Amino acid sequence: MVLRLRDRADLWTLLMPPTVWATHFLYCYVVAAVQCAKAGISLTAPEGGQAFAALGMVRPLVAAGTAVALLLIVIGARQAWRHTGGGFHDLPHDAATPEDRQRFLGYATLLLSALSFVSVIFIALPAFLIRDCR
Amino acid sequence: MVARLFWVMLVAGAVIWLAMMLLALHASRRRQAPWSDRSAARLILWGGAVTPTLILAALLVFGLGLMPTLRAPGDGLRIEVQGEQFWWRIRYTLPDGRSLTTANEVRLPRGQRSEFLLTAQDVIHSFWIPALGGKMDMIPGATNRLVLEPERTGQFRGVCAEFCGSSHALMAFSVEVMEPADFDAWVAAELAPAATPRGEGAALFMARGCGACHTVRGTAAAGRIGPELTHLAGRHSLGAGILPNDAATIDRFIREVNVIKPGARMPGFAMLPAAETAAIAAWLGSLR
Repeated sequence: MVLRLRDRADLWTLLMPPTVWATHFLYCYVVAAVQCAKAGISLTAPEGGQAFAALGMVRPLVAAGTAVALLLIVIGARQAWRHTGGGFHDLPHDAATPEDRQRFLGYATLLLSALSFVSVIFIALPAFLIRDCR
Repeated sequence: MVARLFWVMLVAGAVIWLAMMLLALHASRRRQAPWSDRSAARLILWGGAVTPTLILAALLVFGLGLMPTLRAPGDGLRIEVQGEQFWWRIRYTLPDGRSLTTANEVRLPRGQRSEFLLTAQDVIHSFWIPALGGKMDMIPGATNRLVLEPERTGQFRGVCAEFCGSSHALMAFSVEVMEPADFDAWVAAELAPAATPRGEGAALFMARGCGACHTVRGTAAAGRIGPELTHLAGRHSLGAGILPNDAATIDRFIREVNVIKPGARMPGFAMLPAAETAAIAAWLGSLR
C-alpha cells in the first residue's frame, strides 16, 4: 500500500507524505477532543468559574504521533530521493521516457515531503503552546 | 495584548513586503546578467522555502504563545445571559454567591475579568459588545463562555449579531462599565425590592395580568416569561436597547409593542383604557 517501500515511484509513493500529514492532523484533533471531552467539564452546561480541563496525555500523545509522522515522511523522502536518481540528473525531468517519469515522480514526492514535514510540525505546535482545554 | 499581536504582525508583514519589493527591484535591474542554475536553485531553496517557513514558524509561535493569556478565566463575577426573541435575560452571580436577575442591560466593574455564560431559549442569537470584545453565539441547549475585561468606564452598546427573527435588528442592550465601588453600590440597590411596591399603577399591573409574565420583586408579580422589571426606571434604555426610558415611552410600549417590536411574544394592550396604561407606565417609570 501507501507505506510499503517500493523500488519504483508511482502515485502511491507520491501520495504517502500528504497522507501521513492528513492522518496526523486528524490524530491530533481526535486525541485533544477525546481528552477534553472526558476530562469532566460538561460542554452543554459548564459551571461558571470552573477551571478548564488539563491537557493530560494530549502532549505526550501528540509528541509521539508527531515523531512517527515525521519518521514516515523522512522514509518517504529518502525513497523519493532514490527515485530521482540521487540528484545526478538535471531538471526538469520532462522527457517522454520511463526514466524521466520516475525522476519526475520522485522529485514531486520529495517536494511534497518537505511541505508535509513542515505542516506536521505546525499542526503539532499548538499542543505545546496552549495551557489547557479552553 | 491584541494590540501587541496586531503591531507585531503588521510590522512583520511590512518588513516582508519591503524585502519582496527590494528583491523584485533587484531582479528587474539584473536582467542583463543571467543566473547560473546553481545560484537560482539556491535562491529558490532559501528565499522561497526555508526563509518563509522560518518566518511563519516564528510568527505562529508568537501568536499561539499569546493564547493562554488572552483566554484567561474570570475573576469571580459571573453573568448568565440568555437570548430570547427579542430581549436578553440576565442573571448575575456575585463572587460571594448572591445572585441578581435583570434584563436588557449589562453593568460591569472596570478592571475585572467578568465571565459570561451565554445560552439561548428559542433560536440562535449572538452576544456582541463591539467596544469590549468579539461576539459569541448563544445556542439553545449549549452554553458558551466569554470573559471580558473592560479597561475604561463608559456606556457602550451591545447587539444581537445573529439573525433571530423579525425584530432581530431591534434586539440590543446597553452596557455600562463602572468603577468597582460604583458597581457594588449599583448591585446593592438592584438587590433591594421595588422602590414603590404599592399604588394605583401597581394595583392595575396586577389586575390586568402583567404579573403573569413579569416579575417586580416586592410585589405579587412573579412571572418568569418576560423581562424582570423591578428596577426598570434605572436602566438606560427601554425595549432591549431601542427606546429612551421614560414613562411616556413605557406607556406607548405597553399599548403598541406589536408595532414597535414585530414578532415579540408580548401582545399590545391598546384595548386597555389610556388612563390605565398611563398609570401602569407612571408606576413602572418610578421603579428606580
